Amino acid sequence: MTAPADLSVASREQHGDEAAQALFDDVIARDSRIEPRDWMPEGYRKTLIRQISQHAHSEIIGMQPESNWITRAPSLKRKAILMAKVQDEAGHGLYLYSAAQTLGISREEMMQQLIEGRARYSSIFNYPTPTWADMGAIGWLVDGAAICNQVPLCRCSYGPYGRAMVRICKEESFHQRQGFEILLELMQGTEAQREMAQDAVNRWYWPSLMMFGPPDDESPNSAQSMAWNIKRFSNDELRQRFVGMLVPQAEVLGVTLPDPNLAWNEEAGRYDMSEIDWDEFHEVLAGRGPANAERVRRRREAHEEGAWVREAATAYAAKQAARAAEASGAVA
Amino acid sequence: MSSDLDPHVDVHGDVSVDRLALAEEFTGSQAGGAGATAPADAAEYALRLGDDALVLAQQLGMWITRAPELEEDVALGNIGLDLIGHARSLLHYAGTATGRSEDDLAYWRDEPEWRNAWLFEQPNGDFAHTIARQLVASVYLFELYGALTASTDPTLAAIAAKAVKEVDYHRDHATQWVLRLAGGTDESRRRMSVAVADTWPYIDELFVDDELVERLADAGVAVLPSTLRPRFDTVIDEVLAEAELEPPTGRTAFIASGGGRRGIHTEHLGPILAEMQVLARAHRGASW
Repeated sequence: MTAPADLSVASREQHGDEAAQALFDDVIARDSRIEPRDWMPEGYRKTLIRQISQHAHSEIIGMQPESNWITRAPSLKRKAILMAKVQDEAGHGLYLYSAAQTLGISREEMMQQLIEGRARYSSIFNYPTPTWADMGAIGWLVDGAAICNQVPLCRCSYGPYGRAMVRICKEESFHQRQGFEILLELMQGTEAQREMAQDAVNRWYWPSLMMFGPPDDESPNSAQSMAWNIKRFSNDELRQRFVGMLVPQAEVLGVTLPDPNLAWNEEAGRYDMSEIDWDEFHEVLAGRGPANAERVRRRREAHEEGAWVREAATAYAAKQAARAAEASGAVA
Repeated sequence: MSSDLDPHVDVHGDVSVDRLALAEEFTGSQAGGAGATAPADAAEYALRLGDDALVLAQQLGMWITRAPELEEDVALGNIGLDLIGHARSLLHYAGTATGRSEDDLAYWRDEPEWRNAWLFEQPNGDFAHTIARQLVASVYLFELYGALTASTDPTLAAIAAKAVKEVDYHRDHATQWVLRLAGGTDESRRRMSVAVADTWPYIDELFVDDELVERLADAGVAVLPSTLRPRFDTVIDEVLAEAELEPPTGRTAFIASGGGRRGIHTEHLGPILAEMQVLARAHRGASW
């Protein structure tokens, strides 16, 4: 075929946008990967910027509910694990901001969107963490749901995102295990500890199911994302898969999933479950969740209070560069 | 489609409940000394070192989500994590003398039983204060652990051998930030100067010899703190000189009396311990 051999900008200039679009479509059809320097439709780029930056923000905001317990973790082992986990999340945020930057948006711009309340992040992090058992429930349910969502993203058509997700998913798997282990320890502990664990599962179960997004017939962006091989499975498919994973684990833990209608439907080959409270979902999404304002405020304060440090680092780097230039000029 | 999903779940996100193995660094804390029982003096010494590390780690943990940039959330978290690792090894060893666990020591001792020096309980302050405290702490710990690698106590020597590599990185991190803040903007330079002045009164206590360390040093177990001072001063002076900061030594009227090694503390330790211990103490006998 005489069509352009690749999606590079030079190739596009030579063969025109239509040929580039055809090649892009071919890459998608072959389930291959788009890379940062390739031509891509504007909609694809925008969708990815939105999704990857939201994902990065979720990692960064998601540090807060857990950092709430770092100083109070009830054993040194738990303190170390929790600190490592929250630190992983900062690292995930960094890879993801870098992946988004390859699409032509700066980290500063994304951070500004976040602290001005213009960017979204996963609504799950707008729920508070009043007890230690929340560390277990977040690991088990929230990170568990994140894994179900994110594992297929390892195959996302956009290379930098897919590669970042491979690394992130490996760490998320450890996060989920440690959450399960926290709950297991609590369920094998005192009456007060068992109550604490069940209470946390009660509070986090439904919000974790909401993490998969609205039902398929109300998910406006899903079809295009699936056509572009960004998204691989529908919201409802992933939600079903997640529940299927939880049921046997809940039995091992001895916790009750707070849905009296949850049952395997042999005929339909799926779990029956109660209707999710989508009003709550939309309320939290609209910024009226229990901790929305608090989460954004903390991020803004950290950013603003750290401004003098970042300015110092920039000024110092500039002075060093000027000194180096002067020195090399003197040598020449 | 779901058959297509399965292999990927297996590769990247296996969440089966029978595999709960955690990374080695989280499960055990017995660097090189599994099973060794500490003699009473060595246990008291390990307690001092362990308390220094734990109180500092606890304070660094407060920075996470509040650091000036995400890279510093990661870096300060990483340093805190290293210090918790050192604390766990040291407290575990200290506890072997009296049949107590690392958590018994961390969560069930009251303030007068803590043996950390005052430097480590000084508040985070702004980023410059945290960095000034990190500089002093990590230069001191680097010299200390470097010397302790030759300890005749094999457990202490093993812990020191692991820790010295980590605090070397902490030292570098703090040094880089002192240079940046001192050589950055007028504002950052002002803050760094204030932080150095505020931190300096707590240096002397680190290098005070007492009967315990004298006995242990005679036996080759510990190192006399006073012997670490010249090297500490040399390194610190180099950093301050490069940062063009005036060493406040000799100019500050106030030098903290210290007393941490005897259980006498500043007002700052109480709230730090209260926060750290609150949950554990609400559930006596529970395991986590």
